[in-house]
Amino acid sequence: MSKVENLEQIIKEFGPHLHDAPYDGWRADRVIDKVVPTHCPYCAVQCGMNLLVENNHVVGFEPRYDFPVNEGRLCPKGVTAYLQVHHPDRLLHPLIKRNGMFERATWDEALDLVVSKFKELQAKYGKDSIGVYSGSSLTTEKTYLMGKFARAGLQTRYVDYNGRLCMVSAAAGNNKAFGIDRAANPWSDIPLAEILLIAGANCAETFPVLNKFLWQQRDNGGRWIIVDPRETPTARQGDLHLQLKPGTDVALANGMLHVLIEEGYTDEAFINARTNNWEETKLLAARYTPQVASEITDVPAEKIVQAARLYGRAKTAMVMHARGIEHHTNGVNNVLSYINLVLATGKIGKPGSGYGTITGQGNGQGGREHGQKADQLPGQRSILNPEHRKYVCQVWGLPEEELPQAGVSVVEMFNKMREGEIRGLLSLCNNVMVSLPDTNQVRRSLEGLDFYVCIDFFMSEGSRYADVVLPGSTWSEDEGVTCNSEGRVVKINKAADPPGEAREDWWIVQEIARRMGRGKYFQFNSPREIFDELRVASKGGNADYYGISYEKIEKQNGVFWPCPTEDHPGTPRLFEERFYHADGRAKFHAIEYNPPAETPDEEYPLILTSGRVVYQYLSGNQTRRIGFLVEQCPEPYVEIHPITAMKLKVNDGERVKVVSRRGEGVFPALIVKTIRPDTIFIPYHWGEELAANQLTNPALDPVSKIPEFKACAARIEKIHSRQLPIMGEKRRGISRSEVR
Amino acid sequence: MEETMFIDPQRCIGCRACVAACRECATHKGYSMIYVDYLDRSETTATMPTVCMHCVEPTCALVCPADAIKVSEEGIVMSALKPRCLDCRNCVNACPFGVPKYNTEMHLQMKCDMCFDRSSEGLKPMCASVCPTGAISFGRYEEIVPLRRTKPVNAHVFGNQRVETKVYLMLPTDADTVEVDGCGVFEGHIEADAQQPKLESWIDTQVEQSDKSNEF
Repeated sequence: MSKVENLEQIIKEFGPHLHDAPYDGWRADRVIDKVVPTHCPYCAVQCGMNLLVENNHVVGFEPRYDFPVNEGRLCPKGVTAYLQVHHPDRLLHPLIKRNGMFERATWDEALDLVVSKFKELQAKYGKDSIGVYSGSSLTTEKTYLMGKFARAGLQTRYVDYNGRLCMVSAAAGNNKAFGIDRAANPWSDIPLAEILLIAGANCAETFPVLNKFLWQQRDNGGRWIIVDPRETPTARQGDLHLQLKPGTDVALANGMLHVLIEEGYTDEAFINARTNNWEETKLLAARYTPQVASEITDVPAEKIVQAARLYGRAKTAMVMHARGIEHHTNGVNNVLSYINLVLATGKIGKPGSGYGTITGQGNGQGGREHGQKADQLPGQRSILNPEHRKYVCQVWGLPEEELPQAGVSVVEMFNKMREGEIRGLLSLCNNVMVSLPDTNQVRRSLEGLDFYVCIDFFMSEGSRYADVVLPGSTWSEDEGVTCNSEGRVVKINKAADPPGEAREDWWIVQEIARRMGRGKYFQFNSPREIFDELRVASKGGNADYYGISYEKIEKQNGVFWPCPTEDHPGTPRLFEERFYHADGRAKFHAIEYNPPAETPDEEYPLILTSGRVVYQYLSGNQTRRIGFLVEQCPEPYVEIHPITAMKLKVNDGERVKVVSRRGEGVFPALIVKTIRPDTIFIPYHWGEELAANQLTNPALDPVSKIPEFKACAARIEKIHSRQLPIMGEKRRGISRSEVR
Repeated sequence: MEETMFIDPQRCIGCRACVAACRECATHKGYSMIYVDYLDRSETTATMPTVCMHCVEPTCALVCPADAIKVSEEGIVMSALKPRCLDCRNCVNACPFGVPKYNTEMHLQMKCDMCFDRSSEGLKPMCASVCPTGAISFGRYEEIVPLRRTKPVNAHVFGNQRVETKVYLMLPTDADTVEVDGCGVFEGHIEADAQQPKLESWIDTQVEQSDKSNEF
């Protein structure tokens, strides 16, 4: 059903095309009608920005100096974000695929087709034959609605979200250790920390504005310990770089814990009063001497000792991590082993002392709180807990027996699509052909579907496979809240109406539910009404939003949840007195090191790790259309160490074939000393034949079900290509004016 | 002391938010006049931002046969005046920092004017507003310098030419001047460089191509 038959035609019609100016060109004579304070649509720093609106068009931005997180600062994605709003590639009307080609349709035609197909499949194969796959670059209102839409609207158990590829290992680790899933400290604590231990986070490229706080800490005399297999700009600027072998974090953290215990840096009073399970963890750490850890991680033992001493001696310190340690089959264990360091030294719940995962997506935090996860209900409640089910059903007015049971993670959903258990899919805010591991398998899953409907504002590589594409809205065309990486709920404001016939995402989803005959659960007229129901649905849960209002957010420059009552100011710092397990204590976990699912061998001798560049956001569906960003990084490349390159006789800039057990791709070689000789790196933001995920391993963490994007076995083959990298052609000295 | 720019290359993360934001200043008409270069991508991820240093005695203005480049009362060296610019490109070739560019479409030299239209209204220039790390900062000397652990330097020696600038470089050394020899190489590294001629990575070239062609 869902095959892409004429790729060239689809690209010609829907892009990505490059566009690099306001819709009516660069002009100095604008009369700005309104300046709309809002936030950046991209990462979880959620920088404040002002959008300039002229004649119902977003024509520029102005730094929002008065927002305390970023004080006007932005990264290049944030600066150019407004250029996507009136981009010529925007989808302006519903599309139905007929004979392999997308044809314009009316909303009624498209929605009726969706509903009749869903009804047909559900009548034939049962309610669970439709899957819903959502995202976290949506407002929290929309993420709440997507969970409710799946359970109460389509009555399917199969709903999940793209945080499964992003945040879930941290979420699971946080829940296990602390009983709640949120960063423990506001970022204003960072400058107060003497030591920052940053593991698997290339802050410079993935959370650029977070560097404001890192450098404030440095200016105060602080130091950084960076754990990363690559010398990223953040690692370069750090004081101590532990350049470990990908996927060996547990051994490194256990080695550091060993030193902390041996040298007496543990806080016994804290451990006794506020934690459980220390003895077992201590026994395990005894076996991970710095030498043992060094052999596994390939980090010199002296450096492990040095890092442990720096962290242990500091009066205040924070541990932060991101996808580098989380995208592993041991993702949750990696997280827990770093949390052990925090708990052993009692460096948490105080100004300048704490812990935090750095959320990836704009609303990566809010998107994992209110019920679009496979096993979750609003307020970080569990769909497996009878009391939680009862409460949410009562809020929704839904008979309890109608609420489905837990579903499965997205990679497992795609397996079920190939097995024929899931026959139809609705997706919003994701691009599966770029972001899921093992692209070729994903393609087979999509092609096997009976019906696929996609809501998006640009035609993504994934939506090319859809039967119906419904034109949604950008962040500037709707209002709602997001929650940034420190747990601060902020407000996105509407700047202009959606162009053409495009509609707000919540309207589209609600309209489908209504036409499915489930309208009584979906009576919302605005995001504010959705938010008001969300507040009640989250009340009493861990992520309690009951006391948050749009007005309070504006007044306080954001509200940190939990915020249980209307007169509650919010909770910037967690764990000052108690943790969120029933007994108020945090839990140590004795974690044994296990290697990644796939390790190098003779056939595939290198470790492939994937990641990001500063110019592209996630699957690139938004950023690969903006001229400035594409000019800076037009295509993916493979980073190879000169020693490895010499062995393979590969020259800088030469195109090479990178092969894994799942696929292969051709990428220009970037020969750099900033990567380990046993490791290669490819940024993942591109699709089709440029997708790094053609190679990655879909093996999952047993707890969080996150795929292992950050380590698989690969080899490099020389192909004697004479083709230069796209930008490399210019090295011949052709000047730009001659090219023009 | 009046507000000026402080460039701290240590802090640069190479994100080029400044390059993108420069285009947004209304008078820049979509052109960016700031450069961020990899120093040598094959060796390191280090990058360096370059803005106009706003020389006290600007070479660009001195070599201009038409007197098209004016200096404001605040010491900001402006882009060439459109009615006067002769398309001769003397300024492009003479600037010791390689800053001005010649815009072939507009037949005009353009360069960083410290976002004169913004700074004259009390707003920070675009690049310094957005820079995530403070690699480019704008403010008063007495406000910014005490916060930093680096030394502000605004004297540069190029062979026989000594240039003093309104803009400060923040350096992790005790030097009072930045000294560069005739080949454009910073003195401290001359020996090492002579021993091992460097091959440029293609990713350096990609950026330099768009930044350094001296033309739009």
